[in-house]
Amino acid sequence: MSTHEGMTSIVRKFLMALSGFFLLIFLLQHCAINFLSVISPDMFNSVSHFMGTNPLIQFAMQPILAFGVFFHIIMGVILNKMNDAARPIKYAMNKPAENSSWMSRNMVITGIMILLFLGLHFYDFWIPELNVKYIQGDMSGLLDPTFAESGLRYHEELVHKFHNPIRTSIYILAFVFLSLHLLHGFQSAFQSAGFRHSKYTPMIKKLGNLYGIIVPAGFVFIAIYHFING
Amino acid sequence: MTNLDAKIPEGPIAEKWTNHKNKINVVNPANKRAIDVIVVGTGLAGGSAAASLAELGYNVKAFCFQDSPRRAHSIAAQGGINAAKNYQNDGDSTYRLFYDTVKGGDYRSREANVYRLAEVSANIIDQCVAQGVPFARDYGGLLDNRSFGGVLVSRTFYAKGQTGQQLLLGAYSAMSRQIGKGKIKMYNRHEMLDLVKIDGKARGIIARDLVTGQIERHSAHAVVICSGGYGNVFFLSTNAMGSNATAAWKIHKKGAFFANPCYTQIHPTCIPRSGEHQSKLTLMSESLRNDGRIWVPKHLKDVEAIRSGKMKPTQLKEEDRDYYLERRYPAFGNLVPRDVASRAAKERCDAGFGVNATGEAVYLDFSAAFMRYGKEKANVEGIENASEAEIRKLGQGVIEAKYGNLFQMYEKIVDQNPYETPMMIYPAVHYTMGGVWVDYNLMTTVPGCYCLGEANFSDHGANRLGASALMQGLADGYFVLPYTIGDYLANDIRTGPISIDSPEFLEAEKEVKDRLSKLINNKGVHSVDYFHKKLGKVMWDKVGMARNEKGLKEAITEIREIREQFWKEVRVPGSLNEFNQELEKAERVGDFLELGELFAMDALQRTESCGGHFREESMTEEGEALRDDKNFAFVAAWEYKGDPKDAVLHKEALEFKDIELKQRSYK
Amino acid sequence: MDLILKIWRQKNKEAKGELKTYEVKGVSPDSSFLEMLDVLNDDLVNKGDEPVAFDHDCREGICGMCSLYINGEAHGPDRAITTCQLHMRKFKDGDTIYIEPWRAAAFPVVKDLVVDRSAFDRIMAAGGFVSVNTSGNTQDANALPIPKDDADKAFDAATCIGCGACVASCKNASAMLFVSAKVSQLALLPQGRVEAERRAIHMVEQMDHEGFGNCTNTGACEVECPKGISLENIARLNREYLSAAIKAE
Repeated sequence: MSTHEGMTSIVRKFLMALSGFFLLIFLLQHCAINFLSVISPDMFNSVSHFMGTNPLIQFAMQPILAFGVFFHIIMGVILNKMNDAARPIKYAMNKPAENSSWMSRNMVITGIMILLFLGLHFYDFWIPELNVKYIQGDMSGLLDPTFAESGLRYHEELVHKFHNPIRTSIYILAFVFLSLHLLHGFQSAFQSAGFRHSKYTPMIKKLGNLYGIIVPAGFVFIAIYHFING
Repeated sequence: MTNLDAKIPEGPIAEKWTNHKNKINVVNPANKRAIDVIVVGTGLAGGSAAASLAELGYNVKAFCFQDSPRRAHSIAAQGGINAAKNYQNDGDSTYRLFYDTVKGGDYRSREANVYRLAEVSANIIDQCVAQGVPFARDYGGLLDNRSFGGVLVSRTFYAKGQTGQQLLLGAYSAMSRQIGKGKIKMYNRHEMLDLVKIDGKARGIIARDLVTGQIERHSAHAVVICSGGYGNVFFLSTNAMGSNATAAWKIHKKGAFFANPCYTQIHPTCIPRSGEHQSKLTLMSESLRNDGRIWVPKHLKDVEAIRSGKMKPTQLKEEDRDYYLERRYPAFGNLVPRDVASRAAKERCDAGFGVNATGEAVYLDFSAAFMRYGKEKANVEGIENASEAEIRKLGQGVIEAKYGNLFQMYEKIVDQNPYETPMMIYPAVHYTMGGVWVDYNLMTTVPGCYCLGEANFSDHGANRLGASALMQGLADGYFVLPYTIGDYLANDIRTGPISIDSPEFLEAEKEVKDRLSKLINNKGVHSVDYFHKKLGKVMWDKVGMARNEKGLKEAITEIREIREQFWKEVRVPGSLNEFNQELEKAERVGDFLELGELFAMDALQRTESCGGHFREESMTEEGEALRDDKNFAFVAAWEYKGDPKDAVLHKEALEFKDIELKQRSYK
Repeated sequence: MDLILKIWRQKNKEAKGELKTYEVKGVSPDSSFLEMLDVLNDDLVNKGDEPVAFDHDCREGICGMCSLYINGEAHGPDRAITTCQLHMRKFKDGDTIYIEPWRAAAFPVVKDLVVDRSAFDRIMAAGGFVSVNTSGNTQDANALPIPKDDADKAFDAATCIGCGACVASCKNASAMLFVSAKVSQLALLPQGRVEAERRAIHMVEQMDHEGFGNCTNTGACEVECPKGISLENIARLNREYLSAAIKAE
C-alpha cells in the first residue's frame, strides 16, 4: 500500500476519509446522547454512566477514537504542509471563489479551530472525568460517592458548565466551525473513498449538507438550552 | 529534366505491397539495437513511426518543437479517419477506397502508393482500437461510421469532433510507453535546423534546444522527417501557429526534391477573418455542409444594408437570396468537393457579395434544417398542430445534438448566436498536398532520409479527400516505414555509432550558428510578423484559390523582394542562448520566404487546373477546372540549386493502369 | 479598448521574476486574448524591448499548449475554453488584467509565462498506455463489442488536452484530474482493463514523485477544465488505485 517514499497521496486521502467516516459516526452518537440531556436528565445520566464505565467503550472504543482524532489531525496538518509546498510561489491575483467553496479550501482552518475547541472541551469534561475515575478511583458516577441516594452526577455537571455565557459562546462558535468542516468533509470523504455516481452523489451531497447543519445545530441547541434553563 | 524512379514494385497493383514486403531486407533483432533513427515531428506520422520503430528495437531519438509530443497539430483534425472496413456492408472495399482517393486527388497521385494506403487502412482501425482509442460506437457496442466528403459509402470512423486528438493521443501513448522503456529518447522543445549528410547519406541533424538556445549535433543511421505541411506560408491558415516547413525545407536544401508545392487545399467552412489583428483561422467541420445551405444576397443593395447593419440576414426574403452552390451544381448542391465550394465562395465575394465588413464571408444557413428536423421530431413525438416556433425549437434541438460543439465554438469566436442568425464562413488554407518527394519506400532523394505524413507529397494528388489525412499519417508511421526502413538499414548493421565530431557535423553546425547570428545581429526595423503577413498577402492574393500567369509572375518577384528586405530589415530581439520565440519565428519565416517562391514557380509551370490548383487560363466553358492529362500527368519534383529561382524541375510520370482518367463533374 | 496589463516577467528558470505593468491601446473586442498579446509583443519589438514569452500553438482550443492564469483564474474568466479561445469582449475598456504563469512546484517557469509541463509526460510514460505493439495482426476492431455508455465515458475522459489548468487552479497544485482522466479512459475499455491496476499504481507513484499536491476534493479543477473533465474520474481513480493497492504484493 505504500511506496519507497511512504504512503501515496491516494492512500493518505483515503485514510483521511476513513478516519473522517469514523468521526462522523462518533459525532452522531455524541449528539444523540447529549440530546438526551434535554429530553430526560435521568436517561442522560444512565447512558453517560454506561459510556463512562463500560470497559469495552472505555478501553477499546475510547483509544480507537483518540487514535482516530489524533490521526485525522496529524494527517490533516501533514497534508496541508505538503500541499502548501506544492505551490511555493503564490498567485499575485487569485479568485478561488470562482471555482470552489470556502469550506472546501479552508478545511485546515476550520479543523484547527475545532482542535482548539477540543482543548477546552477536554479541559471541561474529559480531564475532570479521568481525574475522578482513574486518579481518585471513584467509578460510582454519583454526585456524592458516600451517599448512594445523591443520584448520578453527569447531567448536573453538564448543566453547570453552560452557566458561563463566555464558555457557551465559545462552544457555539466552535459548532459553527464544525458545521463548515462537515459541509465539505462529509461528501469529500465519499469522493475520496471512490464513491461517486451520477445517481447517488447528489443524494450524498444533500445528506452531507443536512448532516453538516443538523448535527452542529443540535449541539448549539443543547448549549443554548442549558444556558437558558440553567 | 530527368525521369525519377519511384521504385514501384512489379506485379498487379493488389499484390505489389505484399510482394515488396516479402522481398525486402530485414534487420535482425540484435542488430536493430545497434541502429539509431532520428524522427523529427511527433504528429500522427512521427508519433506512430517513432513508437513502432522503438518497438521493433531501434534506438529512436524523437524531436518536437512543442513542449510535449502530444501537442502536434494532428490533434486539431476533427472529422474522422477513413478505412475500407466495409462494416456497413455498403459495398466498400480496398479498391473503392483506392479509386475514390485517386479520383478525389484529381488523378495526380501515384497509384501504387494510394492502393497500399487503402490496403493498410483497415489495420489502422484495429491498431487504434487495441491502443484504447475511444471511437464512437452504436448501441450494439460496435464501431459507428459516418459518410464524408462526397463519397458514396460510409467508411469514416470518428470520435465525436475530436478524431485527430484521439488518434494522436493513441500514438503519443504508444510513444510514452517506449519513452518509459528508454527506447525513445524524447527531445521536447527542440527544433531541427539542418540535415547532416556524410558520404551522401543522411547521418544526423543539427537541432536547437529552444529553452537554452544551445545548438546540438545528433547522429543516426537514418533520419525521418514528419514535420507536417507548409500551409503557414499563407500566414493565415488553419494550421497551428508553430506549424512550419523548416525541417522539410532544410532537407530540400540538402538534396531532397520538393514535389508539387502548388497543391494546397483551401477548406470552404472556416470562420471568416474579423480584422487585422487576426492570427489564425478556425476550421469548422465540413460535416456542417450536410445540413446548412450556403447563400449570399442576390442584390448588391441588400449586401450594403446587411453590412451596415440596417438589415438582418434573417429579414431577407427567400427570392432575394442566391443559393449559388445549388444554382451552379444542382446534382451535388452544397456538398460539392472542398475545392469547388471554396472557389465558388471566392467568386461571389470577388463580385462584391461578401456579407461581413471585410467583404469575405458567405452565409451558411441552418433555418431550413431546423424546420425539416423539427417537423420530423414533432411527428415522432406525436405533437399535433405544432406552431412554427415550436417546430423550429425542436429542430434546433436536433441540430444541437449533431453539431452542438461547433455551434458553441462559433458563438465564442464570432459572438453571434448561430441558432438565430446564419453562420458566416469563408475558405481558408487548410492542408498542403505537396511536399517532399518520396519513393515507394517513403525515402527522399537523399539516401537514408525519409519523409512521412503531410510533409511528403505522395498520396493525395492535387486534392485531399476528407478524413484521408489521418489515414495517411498513421499508415506511413505504423505500417509502411517500419518495413521499408529495414531495407535500407540492413546495409548499416556494421556501421557502428556515428561520431558527431566529423567535419560534416561541425560544418553544418557552423552554418546554423552563422545564420542565427545573422538574424540576431541584424538590428533591423520590422518584426518577423511584418514580413510574414506581407508574404501571406501576396500568397493569398496571387497564389491562392485562383491563379493566373500574370499574378504568379508578379508574386515571384514580390516574394523575392520581401525575402531580400527580410534579411536586411528584420529585427529579432533577445539573444541566441535563451528561450527566444521571435528567433524561432524568424528562422521559420526565412524558410517560408524561399518556399513561397518555389510554390509560385510550380503554380506557374502547371498551366492546367487540377484539384486544389486552379489556373484561370485552364477552365471549361462553365468556369470549372480543366485538367490537361496529356501534358501534366506528372509529379513536379524540384531540385534545389542554391536559390529558389534556379530550382530544377524533375518529372515523375504518373501512369494510370488501374484507373481510367476522367474529368471530374459535380453538375 | 485600452487596457493595463500586469504581466509576470522572468528571464529564465533561475532568475527572480516580477510583475511588470504594460499598456495596450486600441485592442479590438473581437480579437482573442492571445491576439491582444500579439499586439503588445509587436509594440515591444518595435520599441526594441523583449516581447513577452507565452506558450501557444493551435489557437483553437485543442492542443493544450496555451496556459496563462488570467485575473485570478486558469484560462481566464470564461468557462469551458482555453486561453486562445478567450475573447477580449469578455473584458471592459480600461480594465487592469493580471497575467501570470501556472504556479506549481512541478511546473517550473521556463521564461515569463512559459512553464515546463514535462511532469505530465513522465506520468504518461509511467503507465498511460495499453501495452500493445504495432501489429498488422491485432484482432479485428469489432471483435470486442464495448457498451456505448462505457465508450462514451472513456471518450469524455480522453478529451483531456493536458494543459495543466487543473493543477494551476487547484489550491494544492494537485494533478489528480489529469491522471484520473487517463486512468479512467483506459480502465473503462476492455483493451486497457487488463493492466488497469498496474497503470493506476505506476501513474500515481510518478505523480507523487513529481511534487504535485494532494487532492482535497475542492472541485476547482473540474470548474476550470476547458474540456469539462468530471470529478467522477478522480473517484474512479481512487477506486482503481485502492483496489490495486490492496491486491498488490
